[in-house]
Amino acid sequence: MSTTKSGSTKKVAFTAVAVGIGLVAVSACGSSDGGSGKADSKSVTLVSHDSFNVSKDVLKDFEKRSGYKVKVLKDGDAGAAVNKAILSKDNPQGDVFFGVDNTLLSRAVDNGLFQSYRVKGAEKIKPEFLADGDRSRVTPVDSGDICVNYDKKYFADKKLAPPKSFEDLTKPAYKDLLVTENASTSSPGLGFLLGTAAKYGDDGWESYWKKLKANGVKVVDGWEQAYNEEFSGSAGGKKAKGDRPLVVSYASSPPVEVLYGKPQPKQAPTGVATGTCFRQVEYAGLLSNAGNEKGGKALLDFLASQEFQEDMPLNMFVNPVREGATLPKLFTEHGVTVDKPETMDPKKIADNREPWIKSWTSLVLK
Amino acid sequence: MDLARTEVAKPRPRAGSRRGSAARLGLMAVPVAFFALFFAYPVTAIVARGLHIDGVWRFGRITDVLGQSDIRHVLWFTTWQALASTALTLLIALPGAYVFARFDFPGKRVLRAVVTVPFVLPTVVVGTAFLALIGRGGLFDELWGVRLDTTVWAILLAHVFFNYAVVVRTVGGLWSQLDPRQEEAARMLGASRWKAWRTVTLPALSPAVAAAALMVFLFTFTSFGVVQILGGPAYSTLEVEIYRQTAQLLDLPTAAVLTLVQFAAVGLILAIHAWTVRRRESALKLVDASAAARRPRGAGQWTLLGFVMATVVLLILLPLGVLVQRSFDGPEGFGFAYYKELTSADGGAFLVPPIEAIGNSLQYAVVATAIAVLIGGLAAAALTRRAGRLVRGFDALLMLPLGVSAVTVGFGFLITLDKPPLDLRSSWILVPLAQALVGVPFVVRTMLPVLRAVDGRLREAAAVLGASPLRAWREVDLPMVWRALLIAAGFAFAVSLGEFGATVFIARPDNPTLPVAVARLLGRAGDLNYGQAMALSTILMVVCAVSLLLLERVRTERTAGEF
Repeated sequence: MSTTKSGSTKKVAFTAVAVGIGLVAVSACGSSDGGSGKADSKSVTLVSHDSFNVSKDVLKDFEKRSGYKVKVLKDGDAGAAVNKAILSKDNPQGDVFFGVDNTLLSRAVDNGLFQSYRVKGAEKIKPEFLADGDRSRVTPVDSGDICVNYDKKYFADKKLAPPKSFEDLTKPAYKDLLVTENASTSSPGLGFLLGTAAKYGDDGWESYWKKLKANGVKVVDGWEQAYNEEFSGSAGGKKAKGDRPLVVSYASSPPVEVLYGKPQPKQAPTGVATGTCFRQVEYAGLLSNAGNEKGGKALLDFLASQEFQEDMPLNMFVNPVREGATLPKLFTEHGVTVDKPETMDPKKIADNREPWIKSWTSLVLK
Repeated sequence: MDLARTEVAKPRPRAGSRRGSAARLGLMAVPVAFFALFFAYPVTAIVARGLHIDGVWRFGRITDVLGQSDIRHVLWFTTWQALASTALTLLIALPGAYVFARFDFPGKRVLRAVVTVPFVLPTVVVGTAFLALIGRGGLFDELWGVRLDTTVWAILLAHVFFNYAVVVRTVGGLWSQLDPRQEEAARMLGASRWKAWRTVTLPALSPAVAAAALMVFLFTFTSFGVVQILGGPAYSTLEVEIYRQTAQLLDLPTAAVLTLVQFAAVGLILAIHAWTVRRRESALKLVDASAAARRPRGAGQWTLLGFVMATVVLLILLPLGVLVQRSFDGPEGFGFAYYKELTSADGGAFLVPPIEAIGNSLQYAVVATAIAVLIGGLAAAALTRRAGRLVRGFDALLMLPLGVSAVTVGFGFLITLDKPPLDLRSSWILVPLAQALVGVPFVVRTMLPVLRAVDGRLREAAAVLGASPLRAWREVDLPMVWRALLIAAGFAFAVSLGEFGATVFIARPDNPTLPVAVARLLGRAGDLNYGQAMALSTILMVVCAVSLLLLERVRTERTAGEF
């Protein structure tokens, strides 16, 4: 009897262990199709945020010319993607990171996320977008403006001129009309706050927001809710019967409304208050410890190339930064050019971001 | 401390049986390894990254962080809203539990499946549905000019919506098996109806009510999506704050402290829960549910049934209905326009047509279910024999993933599973693994009561006749267990379909799951994207409802488990 006993115990334990080994084996097999491209110099991996997009044929073209297979890893929203890249910088998930904007640039660069590389055709990039001087650890790829959008129909019906500037937004005529996003959780929300800080200075922005609050600004958590639920001018907002005709969004939002409207409207239903804009610039860089440096460099050259720069607007609704890159018809017909957006030095943003968000939160939300 | 209890048909521990404990350890090896590797190790690593700086543990940070007024405010709000949500859920759902347990009415099975749908829906869908209901221009706004978004009421209502099924299934499951004749006997002996209920039924029910309440408290205490979408910027729970500190601010020390606080709270909740569950397993005289349920009689009972139906319609069917309505409310009137749009890839939000998300979700869910059933089944088998302290702790341990923030686990994966042979960061298997972490507790909770109800003497008889433990298990337990296994699998399947928190951190863009696809569509401007999000949500809802309905077909009262 005793032999059967111990034998069966062993059998149970053996089965359990075998199952365990099987599990690990399954996971190990799973890992062979991914990885950071270290083992294989024929592929190059781009790490980015959820909004990255490129036309299939344009990407195929690059793959054919360079001989590299491109893997794209979208790693959450912009903030989360940058932070994940910083956390895993010793053993990165890819070779190139795209999508760190001017509000996060200092954090990424100071944490040693990138190594220096000057892209081919760097001289073609408009100088106002360049950052990091001669060390060129980052390359600007696109720019976009965070601006107040207005519902054209509302203002036409009311026979009221839409607001043009930050100052206008505090006027009684526009009381209870604006919805914006939480600066601590949403990038347009933060951009709008930084725009006011750039415009009114370190000491002036708080009193501006006091006026804005007195004028009935509404704050919601994210862009999605602000734009698709509260704003009366967007398709989603119309459905949800949004009743705020002013929203903090992007200068490229009106063309998007046209593109995705069914049937496509002849005119964009929304407009942009061009005096309320803050410029966002997105950068890409070669990751430190990249497994495939050579491929990463080729990929960066591609991001700065004419071909990619002209393909970008309709995929990500941003503007090219390269001289001579032509805009698609949708943008020239329905978009606006923002001549004097507010801007701010990334270093200054890094130093003040947290204290500003804290004081903004207690001032506006409490 | 072992509670005095009546021993009825419970497997007796065979103390000193080395064979039993060795087998148990063998069974436990796999679940323990799984949890160590995919849960304990990543979570410990990310907490250590925040608190273990330059080779020194800096526990002083804990008092620093907890000293901040806004953090204390978050802690207070988290606790307060969880208590309020739990109370409200019990208040609304207990009559429902009674009606489902005691009455027979047409459509009962369908309805039981329907009230469970919210529980497995991703929060992003629920948040959207509630905004469409109580937000601006929502149904309530149009009817009565009532708007509740960005108020605490919205959060509480959504929490009730989510957890209604927990109470109905946990409490109702037991209630339906209590012998009504016991109460009748008390009545015969002269007790008033109220007194009979209070002295006979209530004591028997109270452990189940307590267990359900604790589960609801756990889910609402760690609520993330609902608070983020419906609460607006003014409300933040611990979970939301951990997400913000980790993903947005990269303030790992603060996030680590908050993770530890949440861990402690969840550990406490689970400890109490385990204790109530053990009390509940002390045998009651149970009967077949079909013997206890009958058609309602008299005006009072019909009124109660009507009241419960009205609650279900208002609270559960209405939010779900709004989603369906909006998914068909296309640009050219009612129709399938948005559903057609799902098959084209030029929407820009994806590299693939959104419709492919359905296939991805199903594939992930199948793999996640296989893993969860394997791990959970082994764990439940190990826990079946009356266990020592060590194993009891293990029981609670399996529930921990329910209460640990997804962002903590996701970021933990990122910094731990990053070297061969376990560089899983860009591997597809990571998604089902993370989903299985959440699925295992449900498997264990569903299987355990059934396994424990198997009469141990049968197994002993088999052993005496020379069957090995494995053989005895196969011959004696398996026939009784397979239904529970199916139900557990169905639950794990539905839970992984709706899992959003962890998946959103690790799902690859070319393979989005349904909930991730919905979130991404909602994050873009334009009518078409919004409509497609509604359409996908509706599809997800139907898939969940169908799998739960299939479960209802399999479910018998004896194999109800805890869900």
